[in-house]
Amino acid sequence: MDYIKKQLPDSLTKTGGIMLAVGVLILIMAFIFTPERAFFDYLWIYLFMVSIGVGSLALVALEYLVGATWSTPFRRITEILASLTPVLIILAIPLFFGLHDLFHWTHAEAVEHDAVLQSKSPYLNVPFFMARTAFCLLLWVLFYYMLTRNSEKQDIDGDPKYTKRNVTLSTIFAALFVITITIAAIDWAMSLEPHWFSTIFGVYYFAGTVIAALAASTFASIKLKEGGYLDKSLGEDSFYSLGTLMFGFNVFWAYIAFSQFILIWYADLPEETFWLIHRWEGSWKFVSLALLFFHFVLPFLILVGRNAKTNLGLLKWMAPWMLVAHALDLYWLIFPTLFRGNASFGWQELSFPLIVIGLTMVVFKLSANKKNLMAIKDPKMQMGLDFHL
Amino acid sequence: MIGKILKKLDDKFLKSEPRTGELFAVAALFDTPDQIIHAAEKVSDSGYKKFDVLTPYPVHGMDGAMNLKPTGIGWVGLIAGMSGTFLAFLMIWWMVGINYPNIFGGKPYFNLPASIPIMFELTVLLSALTLVGSLIALFMKLPANANPLMDTDFIKRVTSDKFGIYIEAKDPKFKLEEVRAMFESLGSTSVSNIHDAEYDLGDTKNPLLNGKFIGAMLGTSVAVVGITYFVLNVLLFLPPFNWMHYQPKVLPQTESKFFKDGFSMRKPVEGTVARGFMPYEFKGMPDSMVVITPNPLPVTQKVLDLGKKRFDTYCSPCHGFYGKGDSRLRGQFPVPPTLHSQKVTNWKDANIYHVITNGQNTMPSYASSISRDDRWAIIHYLRVLQRSANAPDSDLETK
Repeated sequence: MDYIKKQLPDSLTKTGGIMLAVGVLILIMAFIFTPERAFFDYLWIYLFMVSIGVGSLALVALEYLVGATWSTPFRRITEILASLTPVLIILAIPLFFGLHDLFHWTHAEAVEHDAVLQSKSPYLNVPFFMARTAFCLLLWVLFYYMLTRNSEKQDIDGDPKYTKRNVTLSTIFAALFVITITIAAIDWAMSLEPHWFSTIFGVYYFAGTVIAALAASTFASIKLKEGGYLDKSLGEDSFYSLGTLMFGFNVFWAYIAFSQFILIWYADLPEETFWLIHRWEGSWKFVSLALLFFHFVLPFLILVGRNAKTNLGLLKWMAPWMLVAHALDLYWLIFPTLFRGNASFGWQELSFPLIVIGLTMVVFKLSANKKNLMAIKDPKMQMGLDFHL
Repeated sequence: MIGKILKKLDDKFLKSEPRTGELFAVAALFDTPDQIIHAAEKVSDSGYKKFDVLTPYPVHGMDGAMNLKPTGIGWVGLIAGMSGTFLAFLMIWWMVGINYPNIFGGKPYFNLPASIPIMFELTVLLSALTLVGSLIALFMKLPANANPLMDTDFIKRVTSDKFGIYIEAKDPKFKLEEVRAMFESLGSTSVSNIHDAEYDLGDTKNPLLNGKFIGAMLGTSVAVVGITYFVLNVLLFLPPFNWMHYQPKVLPQTESKFFKDGFSMRKPVEGTVARGFMPYEFKGMPDSMVVITPNPLPVTQKVLDLGKKRFDTYCSPCHGFYGKGDSRLRGQFPVPPTLHSQKVTNWKDANIYHVITNGQNTMPSYASSISRDDRWAIIHYLRVLQRSANAPDSDLETK
């Protein structure tokens, strides 16, 4: 391989910084005028950042765990995307001030007269909630540093022992990730409706995070390849598996979403159905239908063929498409708690795309400054570059 | 077991081993994926068309090395899969919507959510089976049921630990010595000629008309049909919901499997009397010995209605609805007497009760079919009939 490190353009930080600043400004305005809504927007942003950051970390671990060779040229890009994980700790702080606006179960006077919430209070209480969030975040950041440090050390001497260490770390992380992402999904998204419960909810959110991480990695990889930042010998066949995984996890997401739906629909118990009914009232109906078609049906039909997955021009569009679909998915999960009866999209929600895109660009550039964009001395790198279908 | 049977059949019909049929192909084995990629490139670059590569696992980059055009197998899978989706939809829609509508869990007869898992399963099943089927069809070139490569050392190794390539003798460029020399120069560990197998089929010109073959096919068909019938209708048969048609209760005139004597109906315990069936103290005695007792029932509308009902049921077939002896059975029995005669009109109620209970001439006893109170009610109603047949003019006067 003949990889030569090229610095990413500074316009990335400039454009990203401006977007981020405008987004934060809108969010601050929203905090002044509609504080409750602003916290929901912030939760939306936060969960999306978790999806990309922690999802990318899980993807890196997964690739180590199964010994994938095709993914080796892309792994560093996924690692750079995972550098959003440490940022999540800072981003979590404002959220703790909004607990009262976001979560009904924090209202002591409401819990007092509610048998269901009382019985759930050993789990759903503020100190334990904060402890769980801190545990998950610290665990993710710990594994982020351990995995990336080994990977970067390998750039210097190419010692295979770092790969072995990372495989062991990934094995441990895979088990812990499943637990922590379930906790995160239940705490941050499901407990918005504290009376409702779904045991598959953690898997549902997990499927979404992996799609988001894959889409972000695919988009970044294609952009970097077009800009000539990656090795010249990286061919289109290598992108096939990214597209296939994106397609596969999208089908998995639909499978889980349908599994959740059909059990609630079949049992028809009022304690479960109200959650879906809120998402079928008024204009929420169209959001639900849009989710079905935009997140599953259309991407399925577009990506099902083999040629679609090696067509970089198409993948470059399908990756942002899936990111928007995941944002819609999170919107569908979070906002019916706030907007009962009808969906709403106001100027406050504009902060979401601006902050999400801006922050990702800035963090990506800052993180990439110090690193090679490819794991140059990974023992599997040549096999990854030689990958053919 | 099947393997042994096939071996026996082979031993019986196969003309010779090693095979002596026409040359089918020249096959070569290689040790590494790199070698097989290199060999495939060399073969396709040399202009051979009828060749194929067999490896124990997918070797990446083989499509390019063999210079293969994009395969259309994806379309086969897509069409088969979509047929599965559509067929499952049609099947569920017809079964639960039209043929056997049942309500499950308060849902509509046909509903989409419950059908989606079945549509999904059939999509996977049909596309998987079709793809396996088309693989067999392409490899064996149906209707042939075997490929000459089968049962050779070559195929045994490529399904285990070696990488194989073969060039068919039908290829226009095929020249035995050239092909063998090329494989050897590529570093093959084993180059072999593969011949068609020749079978001894006796005198029959068309193997399809062979008596044994037809017999075996018929026997197999009968066995399959019989086993299928037995499994589906006996072993796995579940009775459909029968709307409570069969109930474990006793029915009249049926044998009881529960009681020792086989009777479904039980006799009352000895010495007990069923309600309303008090024994009659003048049973079998002549009319003159009856002690006259008054009718114990009051004359009310309710009693008269009951009497009419019982009279119409038990008495009217012979005596007629109005007691005039104009019965529906006239002509089949000796004509019963009218109940409006002087004799009956003058009888006390107890005398009539005695006749109903004991019977008279050809009239049997009604003691077992009409309860005591019902008999007294019939007598009240009979008095109404008698009065209506002999109404005095004063009855018509109005106040």
